Amino acid sequence: MSDMSVHAAVHGAPTSFIRKYVFSLDHKIIGLQYYALALVAVVTGMVLSWIMRVHLVWPNAPIPGLGALAKVGAPGGVVTPEYYLQLMTMHGTLMVFFVLTNAPFAAFGNYFLPIQIGAEDMAFPRFNMMSFWTTFVAFCILISAFFVGDGPPLSGWTGYAPLSAVGKDAGPGQGIGQSLWGISIFVFCIASLLGSLNFIATTLDLRTKGMTLSRMPIVTWAWFITSCIALLAFAVLMPACLLLILDRVTGTSFFIPAGLNVGDHIQPHQGGSPLLWQHLFWFFGHPEVYIAILPAIGIVSHILICNMRKNMLSHRVLIYCMMAIGFLSYMVWGHHMFLSGMNPFSALVFSFPTLMITIPATIMTLIWLGSLYGSNLRINSASLFCLGFISMFVSGGVSGFFLAQPSIDIYLHATYFVVGHFHMVMGVAAIMGVFAGTYFWFPKMTGRMMNETLGRWHFFLTLIGTYAIFMPFHYLGLAGNVRRYSAFQDDFLVPLIPVHKFITYAALFTGAAQLIFIANLVYSRFKGPQASPNPWECTSLEWSTPSSPPPFDNFGGQHPVVHHDPYQYGVKSSTGDYIMQTSPGPGAAS
Amino acid sequence: MATILHPPQTEVERGRQLENNGAGGGFRNLAPEGGNLRRVKDPSGEPTRTGIWVGMAAIAMSFAALTSALYVREGSGYADWTHISLPPILWFNTLSLVLSSIALERARHRVATFMRGQEGTRSVPMLWLNATMLLGLVFVVGQYFAWLKLRSEGLYLPTNPNSSFFYVLTGVHVVHVLGGLGGLSRVMLKFRSATNPLRRSTLDTTSYYWHFMGLLWVYLLFILWLKL
Amino acid sequence: MGGKIFAVLIVIIALASAVPIMNHTFLGASVTLPEDISTHGKAIDDQLSVTMKEAGISFLAAQLVLGLFVWQFANRKGATKTFPGGATAMVIVAFLFVGAEVLALGMVGSKAWGMVYFKPAASDALPVQAQAGQFAFYFRYPGPDGKFGQIHPDKIDEGNSNFFGLDPENDIPARDDITAGELVVPVGKEVNLMMHAKDVGHSFYVRELRIQQDFVPGLDLSVHFTATKIGKYEIVCTQLCGLGHYNMKSYLNVMSQEDFDKWLKSQSN
Ligand code: HEM
Ligand SMILES: [Cu+2]
Ligand SMILES: [Cu+2]
Repeated sequence: MSDMSVHAAVHGAPTSFIRKYVFSLDHKIIGLQYYALALVAVVTGMVLSWIMRVHLVWPNAPIPGLGALAKVGAPGGVVTPEYYLQLMTMHGTLMVFFVLTNAPFAAFGNYFLPIQIGAEDMAFPRFNMMSFWTTFVAFCILISAFFVGDGPPLSGWTGYAPLSAVGKDAGPGQGIGQSLWGISIFVFCIASLLGSLNFIATTLDLRTKGMTLSRMPIVTWAWFITSCIALLAFAVLMPACLLLILDRVTGTSFFIPAGLNVGDHIQPHQGGSPLLWQHLFWFFGHPEVYIAILPAIGIVSHILICNMRKNMLSHRVLIYCMMAIGFLSYMVWGHHMFLSGMNPFSALVFSFPTLMITIPATIMTLIWLGSLYGSNLRINSASLFCLGFISMFVSGGVSGFFLAQPSIDIYLHATYFVVGHFHMVMGVAAIMGVFAGTYFWFPKMTGRMMNETLGRWHFFLTLIGTYAIFMPFHYLGLAGNVRRYSAFQDDFLVPLIPVHKFITYAALFTGAAQLIFIANLVYSRFKGPQASPNPWECTSLEWSTPSSPPPFDNFGGQHPVVHHDPYQYGVKSSTGDYIMQTSPGPGAAS
Repeated sequence: MATILHPPQTEVERGRQLENNGAGGGFRNLAPEGGNLRRVKDPSGEPTRTGIWVGMAAIAMSFAALTSALYVREGSGYADWTHISLPPILWFNTLSLVLSSIALERARHRVATFMRGQEGTRSVPMLWLNATMLLGLVFVVGQYFAWLKLRSEGLYLPTNPNSSFFYVLTGVHVVHVLGGLGGLSRVMLKFRSATNPLRRSTLDTTSYYWHFMGLLWVYLLFILWLKL
Repeated sequence: MGGKIFAVLIVIIALASAVPIMNHTFLGASVTLPEDISTHGKAIDDQLSVTMKEAGISFLAAQLVLGLFVWQFANRKGATKTFPGGATAMVIVAFLFVGAEVLALGMVGSKAWGMVYFKPAASDALPVQAQAGQFAFYFRYPGPDGKFGQIHPDKIDEGNSNFFGLDPENDIPARDDITAGELVVPVGKEVNLMMHAKDVGHSFYVRELRIQQDFVPGLDLSVHFTATKIGKYEIVCTQLCGLGHYNMKSYLNVMSQEDFDKWLKSQSN
């Protein structure tokens, strides 16, 4: 069986603990591992954001326990200005890479993509295991930056050169911390490339009998499209990180121009182009936000269809919209660089496709809304989070409309308006998708139901809390409140501090509300009521497995045969108002 | 691409082959309704093939990024873009990489004849595989000599943008070539192994990758020649 | 139950979100754009308020419809219905309305953008060089000869107030250059601000002026504007530049022409 890594979708069930739960080849275990890693990352990232928020409004308040953890960054528990930026960098990096790329895409995709197409596993189980462990290594490298020298880097998750490239002259954390950041992202790229390759090959080659491409559920499509995007995006970020590391370590000048006097040292570099880094980074960076949001779009649509008891007006149009967005996402990276001194005409060239993305985004929103009309919408934790997602997607989307216009961007660029925008559309919306997925698939993943009451409390508190945090960010932005500031002391910023206080309270509140979720997760895992095989009466293949969680090979030695389009709801059948994809016999005309 | 059919030679191998095929990913649209599908599965639709194409797409994208970085860097407005003369050994290296691709095609052909049973021993196909491997190694060593040559001229990685790009592009390429050599040795091990036979898809995909490395090198050489 | 709560909640949230935008104030703080003091700023402000109207209407409409449909259809039993027109209607509506909106905004907006970026500075604009470094801005006027002296990064000596690294001994145009910690400009006169980064990236942002422009190391960028109102305004750095980023600021001091001339004279002595 030495050939497994490249060929076999099947491998024997492991018996030892290590092979079963640690170095597992089983896509389901790997999916759970990704989920667990994302959970650790999101909790870390959230705690960091708490510290940041507290520091912003009570700059001199000692934070209990922090003094011992960060002797340099927070002597006596009081966060220094540089430590604020270091926390911010780690917060952004953790959230974007280890939460938003891992949870909706790698975690759920790994677990459910093979099952939804009727495969026994991923195409390359060994690569799959390697992807996870490589991601894990990247995570450890990143976290280790907290414990070296003067701490993690402070150049933001965007790592703009030359701040990120010239080394320790540029400030605390810009020595070894920044190098670790670069290496971590480089390693992360390898992992994501392996993962995307696996997703693509699996989707194309391992579909079971009858599972044509057009019969794939919308969420499967979303993961597939996302992996195509990720493949190209990470393939660009990886060499960019390589060049950055070379600039830092070997003294090349890819991103560092001549004659820089940093920290009273003339930098021994010449001719490099800081804009080159920005181009490479954002060529990855913009598609990255769709890597975060497309799987969530898929998850939400999938769950909504099931809970509406009818198909979307057209789930295919939704798929085409995702493709259009994926395609356009490669033509818009320059909208992050309107004010970076690139050719002013190219600003317009980047602005138009950016504005055009609102067309598929609007179509999607209209289809979600129009589909809700006349539905039998079942309200449960999962479907509530889907509704929350739609609301957030709209809120974050309309603010994008401002930033897509270079003229308005002159005023709003680098203000909290941007922070509000990306947190809503990419952060909160995607995370609501993850929550929805968790409530929806938990019965399949564990065989137990999650607690519904706790789920609803979690939802409503999160909805209120996230709006309370991120809406006021927009107001601050309109007032010109610049971002990435570790204190607000300018005359025009001081009057805005009450708004910041409000946001901090809201952030502490919302973060605390997430404890409900964690508690629910842990409690239900052990004490939740037994789940029936198909508790939501959903049609797709993950609900046809012989057990929950599915057996090692997903379908217990059988291969399902698919007879229908994915979403046959609202039809008379022996099971009720739906027809499983696997059930033989005629379905509704579609 | 040459099509090769290779039923296994011995009963043992045939048994393995069936088993492996059974385990092979694709069973698309060939599963009988209801029956036990463990036994009857379609050996086609190999994810390996898809995988290698997808992988090559990613690698191509990376190199596209690197070479467009070269263009941007050249036009960065600071007049430090100079000229370095490419070490002549590069032409020799190119030749050996091209020859190794040809040798690999011969090898595939011979492996096929052997698998069809039209050839008694493994020695001839093995010879071609060895030749491929050897020429590939010559390429790698040759690239190393090219670096030595630049160093002897005082051109190190950070010396100027031209030398930086030279080392980066050739270096990253060589890393990928080493991956290809790893794949080739795997093919050779399997070809000799009685218990773990070589599959057609393994040979095919390894050779696609190898040819891709050659093409990529020609592209890089063209860029280097044009721009450095 | 949950559905109705959601419906009510989302409507409240949507309306509550809109209130501070319409009232320009939130928790007692003014959350709107400060008064514009530039010649081009009005175009930007207009663009922003048109966008705000369109985005605001879309936002409210979508949230209210979401609330309405959830209220109406949550936990409903019976046969499902299809929205009249179906997906085709949605696609057409999106293309027509959003497409038109996008085109219109894009066209009009590019004019505002062009006012800042397509037109070069007038030939009689006042040349000023801005230098951004960790963590301070410095400004330089060419002096009577109208020429800037050369910058030598290695000669920068903050202790001796040689912020730009000038070499007056060997460099004649450098001798009469005027260096200041504030950007002082005459009212109603166009200023051509040439951006120079000393170390890492920074950005020049004056809210009232509706100007934001990055300093990119190694790139000679410039931006031009005309201030129309006498007063003192804050300049802040908006490109993350290191630990003192939050503390990197200066002032834009808009004076009458006479005051400016006087100031210039007092500086050159
Ligand atoms: C409890 C919820 C969260 C709070 C209170 C919060 C708060 C913040 C704050 C205060 C900043 C710094 C803004 C600045 O100084 O410019 C920030 C930055 C950021 N956050 Fe969050 N955040 C939260 C969740 C998330 C999530 C879920 C994501 C995932 C997308 C995320 C991604 C980012 C990113 C990418 C940055 C930018 C970092 C940078 O500027 O380099 N955050 N967040
Ligand atoms: Cu973008
Ligand atoms: Cu700065």
